Amino acid sequence: MSSGVRRAGQTLAVGVVVALLGLLTWKVAKGDDNAVSGSLAEGKAVAAPAFTLAKLDGSGELALESLRGKAVVLNFWASWCGPCKDETPLLQKGWERWRGQNVAFVGIDVKDFRGDARAFVRRFGVTYPNVYDGKGSTVGRYGVTGFPETYFVDARGRVVYRIAGPVEKASELDEAIERALRAA
Amino acid sequence: MKRVVLLAALALAATALVTSALASEQKPTASELESELVCPVCDSTLDTSNAEIARRMKSFIRVRIAAGDTKSEITAKLVDQFGPRVLAVPPRKGFDWLAWLLPLVGIALAALAVGAVARGWSRSRAVGEPPAEPLDPAAERQLDAELARYE
Repeated sequence: MSSGVRRAGQTLAVGVVVALLGLLTWKVAKGDDNAVSGSLAEGKAVAAPAFTLAKLDGSGELALESLRGKAVVLNFWASWCGPCKDETPLLQKGWERWRGQNVAFVGIDVKDFRGDARAFVRRFGVTYPNVYDGKGSTVGRYGVTGFPETYFVDARGRVVYRIAGPVEKASELDEAIERALRAA
Repeated sequence: MKRVVLLAALALAATALVTSALASEQKPTASELESELVCPVCDSTLDTSNAEIARRMKSFIRVRIAAGDTKSEITAKLVDQFGPRVLAVPPRKGFDWLAWLLPLVGIALAALAVGAVARGWSRSRAVGEPPAEPLDPAAERQLDAELARYE
């Protein structure tokens, strides 16, 4: 084999390996990270990943940024998730209790059919805003590991607490909201 | 004649493939769609998943088939709801083309490498080996006679 051909082959092989490594690095950098849940586990508050998603009721979009200045209860749910059905009435009552006290509730419906999600909201009489994230774009950024999961964001836009699994008691919800209000 | 038969066989096979693809597009079966779509929660195909959302998607597929939707329409509706991750194989567009092209590029590169190595190998053998010496005429005659005994 001539040295020219050999060198071209070697260059090509190195190029392919570098390209594949580049792809891997890009994927890792772009891909899901568990920054929020990971930081919370270390006891640190972390900036809540921004999102702008369509509201389930079709009345436009909701951006997390627009709620800055309030404590936000972010609840990740899906209509097919059993524990979400148990938890939702408790969240709705919490919303009625905390409404008007500088607290916002937002439901994020994830990996679900829009129609099913709307029926769920109607069935449980949910009146706080719910947004649709069928593709699950927020799941990785928040580090959601299952449904339901609830994040508490302070008025400065930092996640200060998380409840993995269903919220089971009103007192549990109230304590987490008070924590978010105090943190700001 | 052989060429005509070969061409006819190829044409028949191509027609069968096209007909089958068209039938699959116009009248898809639930089982084929379930093997081509992925449960968004468990990342396995619908036919192997028993997750709640997978069961809901299977039911959606059956309803849409009964309503007369084509395969593309059903797939598009599910991609609209759950994103392209529900496709078991990446779509042939944009960045996803890489998933189709990279294996072909890999095969082509491997073929080129094997060809180059084989060529280099045969060249070095041709250069390195001494040319075969002609047989002594007496030995050649004897060899012919020996071989003739076995014919």
